[in-house]
Amino acid sequence: MSDDRPDQPPSDEPAEEPRQPSAEQPELERPEGEHRPQWRQTLAILLSNRAAAVGLVVLIVMVLTAVFADQLIRFPINEDNIANRFAPPSADHWFGTDDLGRDVYSRVVMGARVSLQVAAISVTISLVAGTLLGLIAGYRGGWLDTVTMRAVDVAFAFPAVLLAIALVAVFGPSLRNTMIAIGIVFTPIFARVVRGSVLSVREDLYIRAIRSLGASDGRIILRHVLPNVAAPVIVQTSLSLAFAILLEAALSFVGAGVQRPTPAWGLMLADAQRFIAQGWWLSVFPGMAIFVTVMAFNLMGDGLRDALDPRQRTLIEARGAGGGEDE
Amino acid sequence: MSDALVTVDDLSVYFPVGRRRDGTAVKAVDGVSFEIAKGETLGLVGESGCGKSTTGLALLRLVEPTRGSVTFDGIDVRELSARDLRRWRRRAAMIFQDPYASLDPRQPVGEAVGEALDIHDLHQGKQARRTRIGELLERVGLHPDVAERYPHEFSGGQRQRVGIARALACEPDFIVADEPIAALDVSIQAQVMNLMAELQRDLDLTYLFIAHDLAAVQHVSDRIAVMYLGRIVELADRIDIYRSPQHPYTQALLSAIPVPEPTRERSRRRILLEGDLPSPMDPPSGCNFRTRCAEVFEACGRVDPALAPVTDGHEAACLLHHDQGQAVERSHHPDAREHQKA
Repeated sequence: MSDDRPDQPPSDEPAEEPRQPSAEQPELERPEGEHRPQWRQTLAILLSNRAAAVGLVVLIVMVLTAVFADQLIRFPINEDNIANRFAPPSADHWFGTDDLGRDVYSRVVMGARVSLQVAAISVTISLVAGTLLGLIAGYRGGWLDTVTMRAVDVAFAFPAVLLAIALVAVFGPSLRNTMIAIGIVFTPIFARVVRGSVLSVREDLYIRAIRSLGASDGRIILRHVLPNVAAPVIVQTSLSLAFAILLEAALSFVGAGVQRPTPAWGLMLADAQRFIAQGWWLSVFPGMAIFVTVMAFNLMGDGLRDALDPRQRTLIEARGAGGGEDE
Repeated sequence: MSDALVTVDDLSVYFPVGRRRDGTAVKAVDGVSFEIAKGETLGLVGESGCGKSTTGLALLRLVEPTRGSVTFDGIDVRELSARDLRRWRRRAAMIFQDPYASLDPRQPVGEAVGEALDIHDLHQGKQARRTRIGELLERVGLHPDVAERYPHEFSGGQRQRVGIARALACEPDFIVADEPIAALDVSIQAQVMNLMAELQRDLDLTYLFIAHDLAAVQHVSDRIAVMYLGRIVELADRIDIYRSPQHPYTQALLSAIPVPEPTRERSRRRILLEGDLPSPMDPPSGCNFRTRCAEVFEACGRVDPALAPVTDGHEAACLLHHDQGQAVERSHHPDAREHQKA
C-alpha cells in the first residue's frame, strides 16, 4: 500500500515525457498475459471445433466454385445434345447428362453460383433491414417497438415457404424477385434477434457511461450497441444462408423461383423427378450439392455460436489448458 | 457559499411503480439540497438503497430528476436542450462503481479514452489523438502501449484507472465518483483513492464522492453529507461530523467503525440499528428515521424535520436539535403539495 503518497509534493509536470518513469513516480502498469486480437481468438476457437472447420472448408470450396464456375465447367451449360441424353456418369460427363443431353456436372457447378448469389443477396437484404428495424425498435422502445414487433409477429404467423411463394406471386417470378421475396421473409427473424439483444445491451452500464461522456444516440447505437449485438447476428446470418438456399430450391422446385433454363439446384431437382427412373444422377447430384452446402452453413453457424460466446470461450480455453482436446 | 460550482436544490427522483398512475412511486431521492464549492470534495454516504447513487446520476441528468434544480457554474442543468446537455457533459464526468461493466467489452481501452476526445473534438489529427491517449493512460499509471488491449485483460484496479482516464479525457471541472473503490481489493482501494486525490490537486477538480464506507469518505472529503432514505440527514465538515455527530443515524454509523486499538476498541460504545430500512415507496410519517431511531419521541411521528443548522456549517435534520417552530411539516410544504397535484 502506498498510503504515504498524498503527502508527497505533486508532480507539476503531468507526464509530458512518456516512457521514462522517474523514481518518485510509480512503475507504469501493464496487464499480465499476452495480447491477442479478438478476431484471432475467435477464429482459433472456431477452427478447434472440427465440425465447424469442415463446414468452413466446404464453404470456401463452394464459394471458389461459384467464383471460378466459368473455368470449372466442362461443357456449355445450356447446349442440348439429344443424341447423348441420359448418359450415366463417365470420364467425359462426371455427373452424367440430363433429359436434353446437357452436362449435369457443369450445371451443378454453375448452380452453385446461382444458389450462393441468391442466398447472399437475400440474406444481406434481410440482415440490413432486420438489423435496422431491431436496433430502432429495441433502442427507442415505446410505441415504435410495439408496432414493429407486432408486425414481426404477423409475418411469423405465415410459414416461410408460403409467404415467399405469395410474395413471388405478387412480384412475378424472376431471379431478382426471388431474392427480394426471401429477403422479406427473413427480415422479421433478424429484427427479432437484434431487438432482443439490444434490449439487454441497452441496459448495460457501459452504455450509460458512454452517454455520460456526452455521446449522441447515433454514436451509441453504431459504435457500442451494434458491435455488442453482432455475435447473435453473425450466427443468425450463417444459419439463414443455409435456409435461404433451401428456400430458393423449394421456390424453384415449385416454379416460383429461378426460371428455366438457368441452372438452379432446386430447378434441376424439379426437372429430375420426372426422369427418376431413367437416371438417378439427375436428382442425386443437385440434391447432394444442396445438402452439403446447407450442412456446411449449419455446422459453421453452430461453431460460430460457441466461438463468439464469451462464456463458452473461457470454457474452451480452460479445457484447452486442462490438457488437449477431448474427442 | 458564493463560490459554489454545483448547487443542488430540492432535487427529487421518483420512480413510478407499475402501470397505474395513482402516484405510487419509489422516492429514491426526496428533496435533497447541497452545494459543492470549487475544488472541494463532498462525500455522500449512506447504506445501500438510500438514493446516493441516484443523486449522483440525477445531478448529471443520467436519470431525469422529478423535481428540483441543479445549477452548475451558473448553468441550469435541467433546462439544457439535448444538444447543449451533451456539450455540457464535457465539464462533468462520472466514475462508476463497477469498472468492468462500465467499459465496453468490445472496445480497446485506448479507444474508450479516445472516444471521449472524439465526442468533444479535443484533438487535432490521428497522431495527436494517440499521443493524448498515451498521456492520459500514463496519468493514471498505465503504460501507454496498453491502449490496444481489451478491458477483460486488465485487473480490477487497472480497469478503474482506465475509467478515470476516460473521465479525465474531457478535461472536466467536476467528477461524480459513484463508489469508485467499493468493487476493488482493499490494497487497490488506497491506490485508486490516492490517484484521485493527486488528480484533484493537479487538475483542480471538484468531486462528489459517493460511498457507503464512512472511513473511506472521511479520508478524501472536505465535507460529508449523510443520506438516509432519500434525504440528507446530516451535512458537516469532515472533522466535525466525526467529533460531534448530531443525527442519531450518523452516530450509529460512526459507532460501527472499528477502532484499530484494542483498549479503545473494547470500550467502544456501539449503537445497533434495529429493524429494516423502511420502503421508499411508503416512508414513515414524520421523521424518516424514527422507526429505527434510539432516541425517538412523540413529535417524531408528526413532524418531518428539515435540514437545519446546529452549529456554524453543521446541519442536521433531527428534532432533537430543532426548536419545534423551526421544523417544516412536509405535507404543508408548498412544493410538496404542488407536486402531489401534478
